[in-house]
Amino acid sequence: MKTIRKQISGDKFFQLMVTIILTVFFIIELYPMLYVVFCSISNPDAVASGEVLLWPVGITLQGYQKVFQYRDLWIGYGNTIFYTLAGTALNLAITLPCAYAMSRKELMGRNQLMLFFMITMYVSGGLIPTYLNVKSFGLLDSRWCMVILGAISVYNMIVARTFFANSIPDEIIEAARIDGCNDFRIFGKIILPLSKAITGVLVLYYGTGHWNAYFDAMIYLDDRKKFPLQLFLREILIQSKFAEEALTDSTVSAEELAYLAELSKNADLMKYCIIIVSTVPLMFIYPKLQKFFEKGVMIGSVKG
Amino acid sequence: MKTLKKRLVTSWQLYVLVLPAVIYIALFAYKPMYGILIAFKNFSIRKGVWGSAWVGFDNFKRLFNSYWFPVIMKNTLTLSALSLVLGFPTPIILALLLNEVKSIKFKNAVQTVSYAPHFISTVVMCGMLTLFLSPSTGVINKIIELFGGEAIFFLQEANLFKWVYELSNVWQGVGWSSIIYFAALSSVDKGLLEAAEIDGATRMQRIWHINLPEIVPTIVTMFILKCGQILSIGYEKVYLLQTDANISGSEIISTYVYKVGLEQADFSFSTATGLFNTVVNCVLLITANQLSKKVTDSGLF
Repeated sequence: MKTIRKQISGDKFFQLMVTIILTVFFIIELYPMLYVVFCSISNPDAVASGEVLLWPVGITLQGYQKVFQYRDLWIGYGNTIFYTLAGTALNLAITLPCAYAMSRKELMGRNQLMLFFMITMYVSGGLIPTYLNVKSFGLLDSRWCMVILGAISVYNMIVARTFFANSIPDEIIEAARIDGCNDFRIFGKIILPLSKAITGVLVLYYGTGHWNAYFDAMIYLDDRKKFPLQLFLREILIQSKFAEEALTDSTVSAEELAYLAELSKNADLMKYCIIIVSTVPLMFIYPKLQKFFEKGVMIGSVKG
Repeated sequence: MKTLKKRLVTSWQLYVLVLPAVIYIALFAYKPMYGILIAFKNFSIRKGVWGSAWVGFDNFKRLFNSYWFPVIMKNTLTLSALSLVLGFPTPIILALLLNEVKSIKFKNAVQTVSYAPHFISTVVMCGMLTLFLSPSTGVINKIIELFGGEAIFFLQEANLFKWVYELSNVWQGVGWSSIIYFAALSSVDKGLLEAAEIDGATRMQRIWHINLPEIVPTIVTMFILKCGQILSIGYEKVYLLQTDANISGSEIISTYVYKVGLEQADFSFSTATGLFNTVVNCVLLITANQLSKKVTDSGLF
């Protein structure tokens, strides 16, 4: 009797510890994001002096107004939307059929094909050979380069293949075949309508990748009109470009010093607003797809 | 023979379905591999890959003798080791803890919030770090000063770079990486847990003896995959966080490859460095896999 009571109080203590640890964790994960939101609507002076900690101070939408006037950002936004939509569409058009075919036992030599795909997960030509290859296709400084590169991720293909192999019964395909369906029809009319979950997962994986990518764009694009959002973000957030340009443009007088101080103050304010404006779309979309991707990871974790 | 032919004929449409993927991989993954040859050549664009002169292992010798080689090796290994020690166990612990939570609302709230940082782009993440860690206006230094400390120039200190890099990585990735373990935990036999409870096992004991062994195969798989990436840490983030002041603690193999290759246009040398990286990765992956086969009887291949 005594040991059971001891065990129960021990369990209660344990439960309390778990709750405390996870609450602290929750705050650590949430706070930096909330802080950015607070700063984006606070008076820049209050932010700079450290008054903003737990709530916004001197609420203003000045930063957002400035951001909406910043033309480069909207060029980037438009380009990124195009790259994300076109890129993801191409990703799906290549990944889904391939994954489905790879899940079928009738595909002779599929083990060899699998090897062909998987080797590229570990071995690649490297930066320079890849760059020369892109150049040889005339894709340098082209919008299409942003769409075509990464058209299929082998990892995502394996996830999708595992989904097809495990959650679509052979009987359905057998029955359709007896009814006279060919493989194209089976894939289009039967498999695709049953694949909403995996399509959701792939859209999320690929879409996030396109939205957040900057490295390829940095390497392959020259023309600012084609830059995706992330490259403009890099200029503003990491390189603090607008403050720098003002510095080189002006001969320093007292008046201009004040102007520069004002600008760099606003620069920080704008940075917080820009972080919000560029990240909000994904923050809205992912909770809606959460069920899908939790499932998707589970599918993928069954050994490929 | 006849059946083979028949099977090929009846399933030709399946080959059409894989064809686009095969073409893409052939043109954009295998074709560039031919370019690896330039690691053994003195490449000039005018002469092309084949026309450039062979130099044997000269580029590799130059790499091993260069001033930067020990630096980038040390930094790459330090960052990888730290990501193994900090980045690998934290998602497992998070999943085990979350699994013990009874309130579904609380569990969902923790999960949703901890997944969110995963969707923040590398550029924005580094922008946030730059803002937060600024010595004059950054919130972290404000908090340090609040407690009577002195402001620290986080991004100018080579020694602090690894902590800035890895702790922010954990913050951003721990929730997302825990999904896979959390999913694996859902297959634990409930009856077993009840039986253990009746036999007087404490919660800790149940986690240790029942929950943890259940996810060991997942842990092993993830660990092997991680070992294969030891030298290929996310250069995108390191590159953005580099400053002239912290370069001795932040230059890693892949950022070096980028700088030598595309900024200084030393194509052959850059490719040799990249190839060295790939070879080491493959060796590590295979070693980890063999080791895991011996120790736990399970491996990737």
